[in-house]
Amino acid sequence: MAGMEGTPDLFALDARLGDEETMIRDTVRRFVDSEFLPVVAEHFEAGTFPEELIPTIGEMGLFGMHLEGYGCAGASATAYGIACRELERGDSGLRSLVSVQGSLCMFPIWRYGSTEQKERYLPGMAAGEIIGCFGLTEPDHGSDPANMSTRAVRRGDEWVLNGAKRWITNAGIADIAIVWARSEEGMRGFIVPTDTPGFEAHRIHGKLSLRASVTGEFYLDDVVVPEENRLPDALSIGAPLSCLSEARYGIAFGVVGAATACFESARDYMLERPQFGRPLASFQISQIKFADMLTAITNSQLQAFRLGELKEAGEIRPVHISMAKRHNVRAAIDVARMARAMLGANGVSLEYPPIRHMANLESVLTYEGTEEIHGLILGQEITGIPAFR
Amino acid sequence: MKVAVCVKQIPDPALPGELDPTDNTLKRDGKLILDESDSYGVELALQLVEAAGGGSVTLVSMAPNNEVSGLRTALAMGADDAVLISDDALSGTDALGTAKVLAAAIGRVEPDLVLAGVESSDGYTGTVPEQIAAVMGLPSVGFAKKIEIGDDGLHIERQTELGYDDVVCPMPAVVSVTAGVVEPRYPSFKGIMAAKKKPVDQVTIADLGISADQVGWAGARQEIVSVTEAEAREAGEVIEDDGEGYQRIVAFLEELKVI
Repeated sequence: MAGMEGTPDLFALDARLGDEETMIRDTVRRFVDSEFLPVVAEHFEAGTFPEELIPTIGEMGLFGMHLEGYGCAGASATAYGIACRELERGDSGLRSLVSVQGSLCMFPIWRYGSTEQKERYLPGMAAGEIIGCFGLTEPDHGSDPANMSTRAVRRGDEWVLNGAKRWITNAGIADIAIVWARSEEGMRGFIVPTDTPGFEAHRIHGKLSLRASVTGEFYLDDVVVPEENRLPDALSIGAPLSCLSEARYGIAFGVVGAATACFESARDYMLERPQFGRPLASFQISQIKFADMLTAITNSQLQAFRLGELKEAGEIRPVHISMAKRHNVRAAIDVARMARAMLGANGVSLEYPPIRHMANLESVLTYEGTEEIHGLILGQEITGIPAFR
Repeated sequence: MKVAVCVKQIPDPALPGELDPTDNTLKRDGKLILDESDSYGVELALQLVEAAGGGSVTLVSMAPNNEVSGLRTALAMGADDAVLISDDALSGTDALGTAKVLAAAIGRVEPDLVLAGVESSDGYTGTVPEQIAAVMGLPSVGFAKKIEIGDDGLHIERQTELGYDDVVCPMPAVVSVTAGVVEPRYPSFKGIMAAKKKPVDQVTIADLGISADQVGWAGARQEIVSVTEAEAREAGEVIEDDGEGYQRIVAFLEELKVI
């Protein structure tokens, strides 16, 4: 099987994958082709996620696949990245579901939770029986989460939570929320079952991006959770930021999949569609565009694969992830827009993938650290001067 | 409950196949994958063992160059172990020779049930399961679409042109499984991680007590004399619709006996 399905893998990057990584790639690809792609357009249009696929995703082992123990597969960091790429070739909403569950909800329990919390939640979350959401962003605090409004007050052996969280993937379908809140002791994280009295979630409607993904908001109105639901080792803003690093890592790989889907769609279309008596692909302007698209995809792949190596070597730093997330999302959105235009009028139809990916990538550009914030992280690395405020 | 499943590792059908000009057989010196038509047998075997509350699924495969890629896929689905017969002397082995080799390997496993695909997706001989049964002296049931274990043996629904036969058969037996009757599970990632550590018993024909003159071209009772390209499909008939064109289509479909 060719490395990236129909996209030329000029630098033979996929040939570097190990046997297990290759098998994981092929398994995810088969799942996306046979079960997800046939239904994604109708779900995108309806603004729903095909929730009936969640048990299969769990059985395959995609949720928390790069974590060790507690029902998780313990796959390599590169395997996790490649799985994200194959999922996002389907839709950014599908990859988001897996990112949020694995990197934003399971990872904090695995990294900062107690043994009891790990045993209680992780196996069910790995199987997709317990779905999580991650409450960090608030209506008034996006890029500056350290100044969040949500408060946690200790009351004996309990905590009382008050606040609101917005732009929360899976809010509305989640069984538990990982809630980040400020307390007198500093930033703290809590596992909050969504059926706790005072917890109320709503879906956000009218969203024109990531439509095949459930996005919502939730309110905490004197929500009481026991001390045993607090993540004991999460003691600063660094804890939720480390979760974001995990998820952003997956995005750096994931968006390459969205870009390849758009590239292949445009190339196939232009090879088949004649205008002025010859295929559109035979015009110089088309070929230069293909060259630009494939170069962008290959550059993104190179960053993603190197990111995987750094992560596996334990040498990864947030600045690496910032560069790759920023670069690869920008590259993917450029490829998607170019593909959209190459399909002409058909490019605005859900019958073809580019406009769906293009609209999705607008969210991906903003979430998990905006393009600008990642630029400032790079700026600080270059100049030594933080320019965030 | 011990089930042996015959699985063939074949060249990826998505890639253009190539014939060896010296003996007119399919070249199989590259990476081989699990024949999709065997994944149904693997799935049924796993379901039967789960339903029985325990047991094991052993894969049995004959392939050149100690190829295990296809076996790893089935091991990742959940099979417990595998026997791989790989031997240079096996090049050119015909269906009956293959059945003898597989039967000898299966005999070492001592299973309660042997499953196989009805036919492979590269050779399409479609005779090996029945030949294994004959060599081993076991009952043979072909074209199974459902298998259950009852007190009186295997209960098998055997697909026929009109529907299916209910067949009851003592164990052990050799049963060939019709493609498409179950949904083969995805290899789980945990299964993929574990597959590398699962035992693959690599044996030669000598280990099975088979001599080189019984297999390969020496033992084959067939020879591929020549290969001819398939005739190009003739152009279809174009009917100009004069308002009655639908009648021609109906007549055509009736002729094909599809309506």
